[in-house]
Amino acid sequence: MKKLGLIVNPIAGMGGKVGLKGTDGSDVVVKARELGAKPVAPARTVKALRVIKRLGLDFELLTYQAEMGADEAWEAGLVARVIGNVVSGKTTAEDTKRAAVEMLDEKVDLILVAGGDGTMADVVEAVDTRVPILGVPTGVKMHSAVFANTPEAAGEIVARFLRDGLPLREAEVMDVDEEAYRENRLAAKLKGFARVPYEPTMIQATKEGSSGLELADQKAIARWVLELMEKGRIYVLGPGTTTRAVAEELGIYNSTLLGVDLIENYKLVAKDVSEKQILKSIEGKSAAIIVSPIGRQGFILGRGNQQISPDVVRRVGKENVFVIATPQKLASTPTLKVDAGDAKLDDEFRGYIKVITGYRQSRMVKVV
Amino acid sequence: MKFKQASWANDAHLEPLVFELSRANRTGYTLPQKTPSGANIPENLVRKKLELPELSEPEIVRHYTRLSQMNYGVDSGFYPLGSCTMKYNPKICEELAALETASRIHPYQDEGTIQGALELMYKLERHLAEIAGVARVCLHPSAGAHGEFLGMLLARAYHKSKGKERKEVIVPDSAHGTNFASAAMAGFDVVVVPSNSKGRVDIGALRKAVSKKTAALMLTNPNTLGLFEDEILKIAEAVHKVGGLLYYDGANLNGILGKTRPGDMGFDIVHFNLHKTFSTPHGGGGPGAGPIGVSRKLEKFLPVPVIEYNRKRRRYYLDYRRPHSIGKVKAFYGNFGVLVKAYAYILLMGASGLQEATEAAVLNSNYIMHKLRGVSGYELKFDASGPCKHEIVFSAEPLKRETGVTARDVAKRLLDYGMHAPTYYFPPIVPEALMIEPTETEPKEELDRFVETLKAIADEARSDPEKLRSAPTQTAVGRLDEVKASREPILSWRMYRKLAKQ
Repeated sequence: MKKLGLIVNPIAGMGGKVGLKGTDGSDVVVKARELGAKPVAPARTVKALRVIKRLGLDFELLTYQAEMGADEAWEAGLVARVIGNVVSGKTTAEDTKRAAVEMLDEKVDLILVAGGDGTMADVVEAVDTRVPILGVPTGVKMHSAVFANTPEAAGEIVARFLRDGLPLREAEVMDVDEEAYRENRLAAKLKGFARVPYEPTMIQATKEGSSGLELADQKAIARWVLELMEKGRIYVLGPGTTTRAVAEELGIYNSTLLGVDLIENYKLVAKDVSEKQILKSIEGKSAAIIVSPIGRQGFILGRGNQQISPDVVRRVGKENVFVIATPQKLASTPTLKVDAGDAKLDDEFRGYIKVITGYRQSRMVKVV
Repeated sequence: MKFKQASWANDAHLEPLVFELSRANRTGYTLPQKTPSGANIPENLVRKKLELPELSEPEIVRHYTRLSQMNYGVDSGFYPLGSCTMKYNPKICEELAALETASRIHPYQDEGTIQGALELMYKLERHLAEIAGVARVCLHPSAGAHGEFLGMLLARAYHKSKGKERKEVIVPDSAHGTNFASAAMAGFDVVVVPSNSKGRVDIGALRKAVSKKTAALMLTNPNTLGLFEDEILKIAEAVHKVGGLLYYDGANLNGILGKTRPGDMGFDIVHFNLHKTFSTPHGGGGPGAGPIGVSRKLEKFLPVPVIEYNRKRRRYYLDYRRPHSIGKVKAFYGNFGVLVKAYAYILLMGASGLQEATEAAVLNSNYIMHKLRGVSGYELKFDASGPCKHEIVFSAEPLKRETGVTARDVAKRLLDYGMHAPTYYFPPIVPEALMIEPTETEPKEELDRFVETLKAIADEARSDPEKLRSAPTQTAVGRLDEVKASREPILSWRMYRKLAKQ
């Protein structure tokens, strides 16, 4: 019998309607409550759980005390085994992390996490990719690729995962600096990766020459990128697992997952570089940029890879930007976005661009 | 109507294999005592023992009759398998193909003794060329995908002759999976263009995709949504402008046959599936026939041999002296039996008959579209303000959202009602797709029954979803493990035996 874990961050999303852009930090929660904010996560979690309940599946539900899952499970009519010890009304990020670790110890097959980017980052910090997770979207900021589209969709995916099993794919966990965000600056950071169940539009993957397995498709992309690489040219390799596959195809196993690396003559020449270092290295040389969009959000520039600044892109040339993405990632990321921080450059990317999706295979994708 | 398929089973085991039924010395045949003298077969190649099954004639007859009763075909009932055009195969075509003069000739016979066969192929080529609006047709490819591959090889040869290496083939995201594979096999890089909200090629994306690297665009028209690419002339212009070729996938020719011609739309290479459009049987992997037609500028690259007619000598002959030919794509001249059936079908129908078939095929699918529209649980994903062509793609997504029952479950449940399932989960751009192609030969009553059944299944999904998840239960074989079947296929007695030993 499959085991499902459930963690609810009850305060996630409270800042949204009162314009606080998130609830990271306990003083913000107090302020949100003063402004009349009501919890939204519990009700949205119940919606997801009701979908699972309706399908009458045989599984064990494991959750945390009170409003961190037990209350929601009860409300949805699901029987759950409750663990942990929290102070109702005063739950913290530490509780979320502890809950994730305890569920990992209990060997759950999947943790359903209700919250926003901050909650996901907490969970990933605690358990990394050791247990698959799926996000119920209840937060204000949801830039990570681990969320289902709606609470109901989360319920459906969980049900399919429990009933039929679903493949897993790596997805980005992003977080935005709330301080900056409240001042209308968006500084999204890549916090890590999670493994999430993925519902492929099954044939799509196979019809376009995909193996249906994301790792194999990343390898196919990497092979093709390798064939396209030229000697004497500098390649600016953006963050992510798809770009990491390119590095690994070159025999480089210590590339920077969350940062930008430089490759020249098939060798890693600089790790985790800043914008300045990139500009210095490519000066007077032929260069190309290899990036992969952030899953679901679709940003190819300006999120998680701010080192690849408008200046860098201009020096390299727009036509030398290679965008790579697996068919699986594109299936959940139908359009791409740019927010390089230079409106004119962003405009130049708009319209259709060619994205490499496999070995000798690409796809025209719209940048909006 | 009640349906229950015959199931010949002993305990959990279905009708045994003919090898398993075999009992020593129970033969229904007589073999020559020894190798005929003068056959000149080296001693080490002569088999001492033949592992043929040993059964009496009635046992054999029963075995195959039982298997046929556990099968389902277009001769048993409705078969709306979208984009496969499972139309009825007239029996007279089978009879003609079985004639000794058609079935007992050999490709190595002297040309002078097979003039009739050559004439038949020559004339079939001419008919197909006229139907498609092309200069010349090659009948060699022995399957649809084989024809696609030949089409791509011709595109490659054409560009090479122009002194330009063109590396990219553009394929819409609604295309058949074989398009991607054929282009890749012929050495091209594949560029996918998305469909727009009307289910047609996004012309903006296409214009961005074409370049001096473009070798060809592979297009199915009507496309796999059953919709006519109404911007085909603009599409052709965009591709031709950069020097690329336009390739026509013939999967859906049944939707326009006799009404319009791919050649007139600007296609340079036109593909046919005789086993779809021209009513020859689908062979379950063969024998099929996937002829390729080409415009004048590509003619010289066609595979050898080409059948020609010498007017002076009044004689058909095989022409191998074609210096620009890409060479051979098949040992001989095509799957002749299939070609005979297609030729017979064309003569049987005549030009007006073919037109009428298209009209009926399109009428039937529009009838289903209008009757099924508004039935709760199913919806159309793309703009269907106008008529569809020979097929229509519904989505069972609303049903899935409401009940958790998927398009696959609906398809499997249809089998319990004595109907073949539509193609499901294709094209991939429609979630929970059910791709329905009724074909021209179905009567109104059958179409009505199909729509009523889909309604009944939607009701069942609400009242008893488990029933759908365990369907089919009225067939000889229940729901199969499709993943296992495609990952670990057992295709021969030898493989089966090896597995049994493990």
